[in-house]
Amino acid sequence: MSLKLSSRVVDGVSILDLSGRITLGEGSVQLREAIRDLGSKGVKSILLNLGDVNYIDSSGIGELVSAFTSIKNQGGELKLLNLNKKIYDLLQITKLYTVFDVKEDEATAIASFPK
Amino acid sequence: MESVGRVEAAAEQLARDAGLKEDEIFRVTMAVHEAVVNAVLHGNAYDPDKRIHAVLERTTEALIFKICDQGNGLKPQEIPDPLAAENLLRGTGRGIFLIRSLMDEVNFRQLEPGTEITLIKHLNSTKPAA
Repeated sequence: MSLKLSSRVVDGVSILDLSGRITLGEGSVQLREAIRDLGSKGVKSILLNLGDVNYIDSSGIGELVSAFTSIKNQGGELKLLNLNKKIYDLLQITKLYTVFDVKEDEATAIASFPK
Repeated sequence: MESVGRVEAAAEQLARDAGLKEDEIFRVTMAVHEAVVNAVLHGNAYDPDKRIHAVLERTTEALIFKICDQGNGLKPQEIPDPLAAENLLRGTGRGIFLIRSLMDEVNFRQLEPGTEITLIKHLNSTKPAA
């Protein structure tokens, strides 16, 4: 299953709900384009909901990092929501868990963005 | 990239047939995925005239995956450490590191031309999550 991506806005935070795979050729490009689109619109607060992402590879992890740095360089913040164990473990192995601001519930995540 | 999915699916089935737990199956499948992606992307550089050769083997003691490309060769010792502070925020460069983290043994052999990477998962051990 490739990546499905939908967006919504809650209290000024753009939430991208992702499901499926974020891998080379299957989701990485979609994610990159979605982040680029939000960035071009001046969106500063982005929450990536990874709850239904069942597979991610090194390319997908790299895409998360690139999204994080891209939004940060534009003065915004990108946070992660609902990591499953697979993704949690991969972010631990790659030491990226210390880089990302990871949230476990949506309300807390939304409240954590600057107003 | 069609070959990635085929080898990955075969690796998953081999791991499942060997009775590995779900998290171990994921680790094996992902490592094989990364190895084949590396072979196609960095080894063969997407050249349609170059082939990937994959051998998947189950012995009484281990699962063994050999992936060969026909590229210019790989020097694993020259791959930058993705955990180093200066590399942590790079968008690429984690594939080989992940393979090493997910499998019990990883070996490289230079071919003429190309690179062979061998991934080994022992069947009597469970590598703890890092």
